[in-house]
Amino acid sequence: MEQTALPGIGVRHDMMTESGRRLGVVSHRTGQRNLVLYDPDDPDACTADIPLTDEEATVLADILGASLILEQLSGLREQAAGLLTEQIAIPASSTYVDRPMGDAQIRSRTGASIVAVLRAGEVIVSPAPAFRFKAGDVVVVVGNRQGLDGASAIFADDGPAG
Amino acid sequence: MVHDFTTLLIQVGALLFLLGLLGRLARRIGLSPIPLYLLAGLALGHGGILELHASEEFFAVGAEIGVILLLLMLGLEYSAVELVGNLRSAAPAGSIDAVLNALPGAAFALLLGWNWVGAVVLAGITWVSSSGVIAKILADLGRLGNRETPVILSVLVVEDLAMAFYLPLATALLAGVGFVRGGVALGVAVLTVVTVLVVAIRYGKLISRAMSVDNSESLLLGVLGLTLLVAGVAAKLQVSAAVGAFLVGIALSGPVAHHATELLTPVRDLFAAVFFVFFGLATDPRHIPPVLLPALLLAAVTMATKTLTGYLAARRVGIAEPGRWRAGLALVPRGEFSIVIAGLAVSAGSVTPELAALAAAYVLITVVAGPMLARLPDLAWFKRWLRARAALQQTRTASATGPA
Repeated sequence: MEQTALPGIGVRHDMMTESGRRLGVVSHRTGQRNLVLYDPDDPDACTADIPLTDEEATVLADILGASLILEQLSGLREQAAGLLTEQIAIPASSTYVDRPMGDAQIRSRTGASIVAVLRAGEVIVSPAPAFRFKAGDVVVVVGNRQGLDGASAIFADDGPAG
Repeated sequence: MVHDFTTLLIQVGALLFLLGLLGRLARRIGLSPIPLYLLAGLALGHGGILELHASEEFFAVGAEIGVILLLLMLGLEYSAVELVGNLRSAAPAGSIDAVLNALPGAAFALLLGWNWVGAVVLAGITWVSSSGVIAKILADLGRLGNRETPVILSVLVVEDLAMAFYLPLATALLAGVGFVRGGVALGVAVLTVVTVLVVAIRYGKLISRAMSVDNSESLLLGVLGLTLLVAGVAAKLQVSAAVGAFLVGIALSGPVAHHATELLTPVRDLFAAVFFVFFGLATDPRHIPPVLLPALLLAAVTMATKTLTGYLAARRVGIAEPGRWRAGLALVPRGEFSIVIAGLAVSAGSVTPELAALAAAYVLITVVAGPMLARLPDLAWFKRWLRARAALQQTRTASATGPA
């Protein structure tokens, strides 16, 4: 995904698909966004320019997949000062490997929230408390600095839970 | 006194009403309203069909505010980070643009036998494209997503930023201070602009936080007041009021800039219209016929150089042939800035009066021809011509590299 600033207008994201078509999204500073499809004969020009409302964009994003959540998070991080996103790997030695997520009690102990887990190239969004960690999982955590450090420490802990 | 006031009301009211009708007409025929406002001013000013005297003072003050608001809104469109971040990648295109478009203007002025101050002014007029008109063309033609659009926008950004240095220089030269004092004015301007950019990048959030977004009335008055104040101080320091306003726009960012843009757009529309009309009013239409031919010639030359600018700038970033033409032809229209520069020259009175007439005719030609030229690359025969050209080039390279 290529990101290009459009000074005075907003930002354009675009990508070339494997099938050789180019598509992109123009995000206006006003909040308006347009889905654009490029001309196969002239990859610099767009043949379709589709304005999307907030709802339409959300629906489309939901359908297209959860990986977009990560993008939104990084956007959120820029907007809200002090709110950070971090990816924390769970070491094989962690006491929480093969235990349900609820056992770690990350939210009540650190104030940070687990919003997704990356496993073998897949994204599991909003895992349930019963979700079991495996060694090598990468947890996406949102919170303030302190909370994230706390969460890292909890996952790194290799002693008995306590 | 009472009589004067009623005449003023009637004249201003009638003129604004006329502008409203013209604006609607312009939208209907898909044209920028700027040329129609200019024509209205020409028709009703000195030497026009009907001379409006009572309202001239009002329009003169309104026009000053119009320039300030035009520049403020331009500044609000960009953030300091955007301007500086864009600068490195856009600088080569911006330099090509300056050389290819300012020099013909200067050369033309010297050919006409004007003095070098006139040459500097005409260089500015032919240099700067109209960001307002071009942004509208791009949106109308659905090209905002196109890959050559960032090239066009970055050329415009560099031009707008360059104006922050050009306007103070031109103001000083027009005041007849000579090149040394002009250089001093330029130095002061550079220092001011750099300071404002640095402050805006470092403390932009603080400045913007001082303005409350909660109450639109106080935000409107606050931003407008601050802008006029800074513009006035800038003018006192010989940095040009317009540049002061531009810098206020740059310094404001985030939600404040966004809300201020929404609130001030109607105010800008009113005073910008007044500004274009006033320029028309102050220009004697009887001066236009003798300069029409030079204006056509100048427009033809600088429309070609502008197209070349966009073409080269797009080629630099790897845009294909059709996109290069789209970028080039979209950059053609000159507009508000050219009039601002000509307006400065006229009010200083140190350049030949032909200049106003030439600038008016020049802007009229480019601003009307520009949107039409911008549509060219979408036409079937133009695409066919490009394909034929590409095919010809391919066979040529094939025969050149093929077996002998």
